[in-house]
Amino acid sequence: MNKSRNVKVNVEYLTRVEGHGNIVVNVKDGKLEDCRLDIIEPPRFFEGMLRGRSIFEAQHITSRICGICACGHSLASIQAGEDALGFVASEQTIRLRKLLLHQEILDSHILHIYLLAAPDLLGVKSFVPLIDTHNKVVRRALRMKKNCNNICDILVGRHVHPISAIVGGFTKLPKEKDLDTMLDILKSMQPDMDATIELLATLKFPDFQRPTEYVALVNDTDEYPLLSGEIGSTDGLKLNKKDYLKLTNEFMVPLSSAKHTKASRSSYMVGALARLNLNFNKLNLKAKKAADLLQFKPVCTNPYLNTVAQAIESVHCLEESITLIEHFKANGLKQEEAIVVGLNEKGTIPVRAGKGVGAVEVPRGILFHDYEIDKDGKIINANCIIPTGQNLGNVEDDMRKLVPEILDKSDEEITLMMEMLVRAYDPCISCSTHFLDVKFTNR
Amino acid sequence: MSKPKVAFFDFACCEGCQLQMANFGEVLLDILNLVDIVTFREVMSEKSEIYDIAIIEGSITTAHDTERIKNIRAKAKVVIAYGSCATIGGINGMKNKFDLEEIKKYVYRDGAKQIETLPTRAVHQVVKVDYFINCCPVYPPEILKVLKCVIAGIPYAVPDYAVCVECKLNENVCMYDKGITCLGPVTKAGCNSWCINNGNICYGCRGMVTNPAKNGQLDILARHKIPLDWITNKLDMYNKPRELDEQK
Repeated sequence: MNKSRNVKVNVEYLTRVEGHGNIVVNVKDGKLEDCRLDIIEPPRFFEGMLRGRSIFEAQHITSRICGICACGHSLASIQAGEDALGFVASEQTIRLRKLLLHQEILDSHILHIYLLAAPDLLGVKSFVPLIDTHNKVVRRALRMKKNCNNICDILVGRHVHPISAIVGGFTKLPKEKDLDTMLDILKSMQPDMDATIELLATLKFPDFQRPTEYVALVNDTDEYPLLSGEIGSTDGLKLNKKDYLKLTNEFMVPLSSAKHTKASRSSYMVGALARLNLNFNKLNLKAKKAADLLQFKPVCTNPYLNTVAQAIESVHCLEESITLIEHFKANGLKQEEAIVVGLNEKGTIPVRAGKGVGAVEVPRGILFHDYEIDKDGKIINANCIIPTGQNLGNVEDDMRKLVPEILDKSDEEITLMMEMLVRAYDPCISCSTHFLDVKFTNR
Repeated sequence: MSKPKVAFFDFACCEGCQLQMANFGEVLLDILNLVDIVTFREVMSEKSEIYDIAIIEGSITTAHDTERIKNIRAKAKVVIAYGSCATIGGINGMKNKFDLEEIKKYVYRDGAKQIETLPTRAVHQVVKVDYFINCCPVYPPEILKVLKCVIAGIPYAVPDYAVCVECKLNENVCMYDKGITCLGPVTKAGCNSWCINNGNICYGCRGMVTNPAKNGQLDILARHKIPLDWITNKLDMYNKPRELDEQK
């Protein structure tokens, strides 16, 4: 290590991430003095604002926590609401929700791989210069994004803040011709997906290894768990979703302004890489082939390869979506299951006092919504724990190991390596409902 | 003629309205033939302090952001409030019905002391706004309509009649006839009754019409035996900061 090296990295308003964050690194005489990812998002108080609202409004409100993973928040919110009410959704509803979640993950991963992460790997500042140099790639990215969007338009009215997915089921169901349209769109995406994997195989990711604990939903079936399951980890942790607070407990660490989460060691990671490290064998065949092509093997301990893990999951989600729609085409959708609930004016859904937890794998990792409601279905208490908040400790642990390893590089290269590291986690800072009590820097 | 320079800025929001730009797909490339996007932090690392058109997403909720929006206003020729948080305060406005110290403590507990927050304001409640693109999220056909007006230098008038007008044209069965309350009768149209077309109710995200047919509305409520505070509580989900306009 270079003993006389001084490095100051101060990235204000990190770009190509969702929300506002700063990276601060300070090395003096070769010694790391400060190393943080600061969150500077204006606080929005979602959990506080939910109090007094009807449980039938929770999905609509919490969807607005995040524009990128609005469908993920909706699904976690609905699951927590139905859990509190004691409502059991139909098999058809569960299948439709799985389709929605697959599309959500696909859409978000495509956005991250192409528009947020790829520019670094191609040596440019955004997709805009790529319009001239890699026109086909940009068009493919926008086309794939648009395709996911079109599926969500049909399935739930729109992707950003879905309309028809609610507590109890769906307010509108796809007709037979809608199923055909969705299937056509998905099949047209297959060649684009192949090209995406081929492109990623040509890109060189930084080589950095740091084993950590990987946390994701697990189950005892053959299904790759996304919409439901128990909390599991590569260190052997196993928890019922209702005990999520045991996982997301908070503590202070030196050199950081943030309260972090830990399970079996100083920090843990959630997201695509964690899911693959726990559930790789449950991926479908095409996704496993893509993993072969990308030379990805679990357990993978390079956080930069979270982007590669996202690509492999994208293949999985596309193929699973096709399988789900083929199931609907073969078995038909029961249109009579469409429901109108509103604020439950007609008592369509029986209401009781209770508590409920939703635990869903959304694009960036495991998301928890937790509600307590009174006998009229009014929310008394709410808690939302988002994936990016859980990853924060792990990002900073990565930074602390990485910086001393790259002190021979220029300040610019170190800054870029740090930015790329944070971006690899695909952080969603707007989501920071309370961000596990991260210090909000008042500028 | 050189292309106008466009900058996107986000304040307290979910960034979903900015994402609607990426959701245009390849149409985005056509838009980029008409304007130069010089700042767009969510998807670009390039940035510029020189711009003609500032597109603002999010509400103003801190002293820092109040200064930031004033600076942007001083630099931009045209300011567009983009999405419900910017145009009417939106979801963030629900906070305004709580005591701010209380809600800070509820969410941040021990960390509450470090949190700074002001009552949620829409952009026009802080600086002059030239164009409004309402809705949560913004409705893509309306984004294009407004951008065309901006480039042509002509005003855009947000429809000031009820969502019901569009809803009827779409031949939806009225939610009130299904026994469900809906904010369509008091909410500005322009979204082509997006939510009701998909089987849900109108939540009022485009803001209230400036002259709602008050007596007509009260008749509807009386006929369906709906208490007035039920409706005002629903309106407060997006429209709470309207009270700051009324105080002026």
